[in-house]
Amino acid sequence: MSVLDPTDRRLIKATQAGLPLTARPYAQIATWLMLTEAEVIARLAALQDRGIVRRIAIAPNHYALGMTANGMSVWDVVDRQATTLGARIGALDFVTHCYLRPRAPVWRYNLFAMLHGTSRAEVETKRAQVRAILGGACRADDILYSTRILKKTGLRLQDG
Amino acid sequence: MTRLRQTLPEDALDACDRAILNTLQDGFPLTPQPFDDAGAALGLSGAELIARLTRLRDIGAITRFGPFFDAAAMGGAFCLCALSVPEEDADRIAGMVNSHPEVAHNYARDHALNMWFVLATPTPEGIATTAARIAAETGLTVWQFPKLQEFFIGFRVTA
Repeated sequence: MSVLDPTDRRLIKATQAGLPLTARPYAQIATWLMLTEAEVIARLAALQDRGIVRRIAIAPNHYALGMTANGMSVWDVVDRQATTLGARIGALDFVTHCYLRPRAPVWRYNLFAMLHGTSRAEVETKRAQVRAILGGACRADDILYSTRILKKTGLRLQDG
Repeated sequence: MTRLRQTLPEDALDACDRAILNTLQDGFPLTPQPFDDAGAALGLSGAELIARLTRLRDIGAITRFGPFFDAAAMGGAFCLCALSVPEEDADRIAGMVNSHPEVAHNYARDHALNMWFVLATPTPEGIATTAARIAAETGLTVWQFPKLQEFFIGFRVTA
């Protein structure tokens, strides 16, 4: 973590569970850390510029909003077309997370795209759209539905 | 953890709540009085926005509100991993896996590889170390699927 100075680390720890819901949240954080409000804002802006903070925003709960079906769709795409096709799949508005990953002896798929919908039928419709885009470059595919959330915590910065 | 998967009743959110969820997914101001500034665009005072966000959080419509950090940009690493767990051992193995603070989330999935979890560690070396510990504890192969490339994401939830 040498890219972070000790104050940045304290700031990340203070905000990783979320921003306080008070009129001046950055001033509130500043009092916890014995900084000024302007310093907290400037440091968060700098972290954002460096890509360490991706954004400051709300994460809606998909499930609460009715998006109860989610499937990890996985695709065995010809390597030389994987980057071009991956970019097209990632840009679809119903795809969260889209990655190229290595294959393994027990696993032939290299393109992963998370699909969300209000029902499995809706997810399957979206999956068919992905399949149509990949066309002949895709040799096999599968979809893994989540059956249980076993653990879900945000990123936690550890000591050390 | 079942609470995470419950759908809110249709009437739990009014049009204003939906507008808040849709708008604040894209970003939140980094200004001294950000709720006033964000509220103005929604026709709300800062205090009204805070009250609504508090309620949305309390009823579980929001999972997080604040900065989203990129572990890789901080010098750390993420890795998707999978196990093939015998059905009768699922709870015990899940307990072993989840006891590691490096495990950020873990899902049971419908496949021969039936347990999928994400490791987040402060250093790239931490991934291999943690995966090796989990393998030793569970006696199972920890298949690692680090991202080779991430594609632009167009996704938004429409509330």
